[in-house]
Amino acid sequence: MSVADAVSAVLLPSGAAFCALGALGVLRFTNVLARLHAATKPQTIGLVLILIGAAVQTGSPAASATLLLTAVFQLLTVPVIAETIGAAAYHGGVVPPGSLVLDEGGGEGP
Amino acid sequence: MNVVHLVTMALLSTAALMTSLRLVRGPTEFDRILAVDVLSVLLVSAIAVFMAAGGGPAYATLTVVIALLGFVGSVTAARLAGKRHGAS
Repeated sequence: MSVADAVSAVLLPSGAAFCALGALGVLRFTNVLARLHAATKPQTIGLVLILIGAAVQTGSPAASATLLLTAVFQLLTVPVIAETIGAAAYHGGVVPPGSLVLDEGGGEGP
Repeated sequence: MNVVHLVTMALLSTAALMTSLRLVRGPTEFDRILAVDVLSVLLVSAIAVFMAAGGGPAYATLTVVIALLGFVGSVTAARLAGKRHGAS
């Protein structure tokens, strides 16, 4: 078992565990914003751990670079997606009133 | 494919199953957009694990393409749904 095998043997299952826990949150939480909070775990830390684990083990520098590019791209785009969905849900009025501890939306939301 | 990859794939399958259940249940279209986005991320993860398990380096480009498509699709769908909800 080489060093690369050992590193990816740690990174791949831990990333997948983050994905599974995030998906459990997506399934079990009670409103859109709480599910959004849970959904960003597999999208950021889970995917990045898995991509690094795969990049260590592919043995091809070009493929590893492409996987790391995917990781960087995902870290840049996930906040945009979360903000867009959150703002759309807030202004669309599907967030239950009283579910927010602090409402800085200018009073035009739920 | 050894036991590490099997465990990883099993965890990812469980995650995909739970996310699909949320996709079916809803109740709002924002939940469904979110679930589709998480599913695309899980697909990228599964492709990466497949590559690590000996699938070959040719699939790396596919992960970039799916991540890009997921981003554009989710932002477009969320904006459209928000506009529709705001108008009603």
